[in-house]
Amino acid sequence: MDSFIVISLIKIFVVFGALMTILAYLQWVERKVIAHIQVRPGPYRVGPHGLLQPLADVIKLITKEDLVPPYVNKTLYLAAPFLAITMALLSISVIPFGPAIQVAGYRTWMQLTDLNFGALFILGVSSMGVYGIALAGWSSNNKYALLGGLRSSAQMISYELPLSLAIAAPLLVSNTLSLRKLVDTQDGWLWNWNLFHGFQYVSFIVFIIAAFAETNRVPFDLPEAENELVAGFHTEYSSMKFASFFMAEYANMITVSCMATLLFLGGWVAPWPAEYGSGYVPVLSFAVAGVIALFHGLNAARKRDHYSFPAVGVVFLIVAAVFLVPLTQSVLLPLFWFCAKTGAILFLFIWIRGTLPRFRYDQLMGFAWKVLFPVAMLNLLATGLVIAAFS
Amino acid sequence: MDLILFLVFAGIAVVAAINVVVQRHPISSAVSLIAVMGSLAVLYLLLGAEFIAAAQVIVYAGAIMVLFVFVIMLLNAGGETKAGRSFVASLLGVPVLVALLALLAFFTERIYPSDTEVHFGGFRGGTAQAVGRALFTTYLLPFEITSILILIAIVGAIVLARKELE
Repeated sequence: MDSFIVISLIKIFVVFGALMTILAYLQWVERKVIAHIQVRPGPYRVGPHGLLQPLADVIKLITKEDLVPPYVNKTLYLAAPFLAITMALLSISVIPFGPAIQVAGYRTWMQLTDLNFGALFILGVSSMGVYGIALAGWSSNNKYALLGGLRSSAQMISYELPLSLAIAAPLLVSNTLSLRKLVDTQDGWLWNWNLFHGFQYVSFIVFIIAAFAETNRVPFDLPEAENELVAGFHTEYSSMKFASFFMAEYANMITVSCMATLLFLGGWVAPWPAEYGSGYVPVLSFAVAGVIALFHGLNAARKRDHYSFPAVGVVFLIVAAVFLVPLTQSVLLPLFWFCAKTGAILFLFIWIRGTLPRFRYDQLMGFAWKVLFPVAMLNLLATGLVIAAFS
Repeated sequence: MDLILFLVFAGIAVVAAINVVVQRHPISSAVSLIAVMGSLAVLYLLLGAEFIAAAQVIVYAGAIMVLFVFVIMLLNAGGETKAGRSFVASLLGVPVLVALLALLAFFTERIYPSDTEVHFGGFRGGTAQAVGRALFTTYLLPFEITSILILIAIVGAIVLARKELE
């Protein structure tokens, strides 16, 4: 019992620390990727290649004046950002990052807690996340904030239906609500993944579109359309309260990417079994990345790159070497595949932000109710019929 | 541990439920109602009915209350104005409340004698599988009738909305 509490506390600290770091650096990655899509260097001044930019942003946000306008509804105004960030961080607690591992004699799962209704838990928590935005918009007592809050609640109610229906189809295929068992049913080869199971790619597409809307990302970022609504629901917020909305958005993005990985892409499972050498993919990819970085460091286009690229290359080669150590493989390999799949979906989020313009509000609602909802409904119906026919 | 959690969340549920009535602004009442729904979900979870708990959060706290809050925000409803208390209400309020609570306690005592205590987590039919089986075998008729009832309500809402448009 005592060791259970100690292990759980350690796991909570590790997961929370990693999540916070990833949250900060996801924003750096986003700015870099968007910048390169728009052919400009992006953050470059703070640290090598702007790597210390997130730290500078955090310091800036903390030291800004924490303003509470006199005309707001104070209780709800203060509660809203807290609610948003709590609900965003809560769902990470049921997400499994890997299988059971042995650490110093203890056997434990790479997951904070396994609920046998984990998928429902995440749906419930994400449906509570609307309140943070809706109440922020209302309590600010400001036209633009109210409109932003209204838009976001309408949008999230509408897109939650196709999202839930799209989640239900792969759950039917895997016949479980536990996220851990969900991954176990997709073990083995690439075609065991739910994405390639029959016509489940329809659910995947519906899920991804609805997830974009649920996290208020481009092209569905109507709640914070700055050319119509100033900054939408968080117009009146400053300093850390603004930062919590910002963090909540990124945490939600990470959660839905993890969900997509678990539901459709087989979680921490490698695309093909270890007997056929899937264990060497991380070593090879890191080694190749390291060699490329070294090569560019030696033939540097800019003066600074003489130092920064070789350093990055050496770090990549060291990581590649760590993946070769048998002791760490049982922990690192599942983590690598999980992060690679989740990272690919996060990259898709950023890529689309750099590609598509924003929808008009009536297009957004019409699309949800007239296209996405019927497609999700038919897809669930067809999945149910197929499973009933073949079982 | 179970008992402490039960007392904490039962307390929150009762206080928030009273707050729903006491608060004069609709948004504050709605937020209190969300707290009631949330703590009820925790109570279901303590009893071992995890699917009902999840459904409670998703359907009531997550969907229905969002619609409440949405409508209040859309209409921008202001706070109630305090009217003068009626003579009958101030005279009969407390005695009627006491009588109601006494009746409730009496019937609870009668129907559930104290030897059948509640066991936390003693209920085994709370998984999604068990609820699904019960819905589609034992309670199939009420389940189907409810779905038709909801369909009628949706059709009615559309008819009413169309009438206003014309």
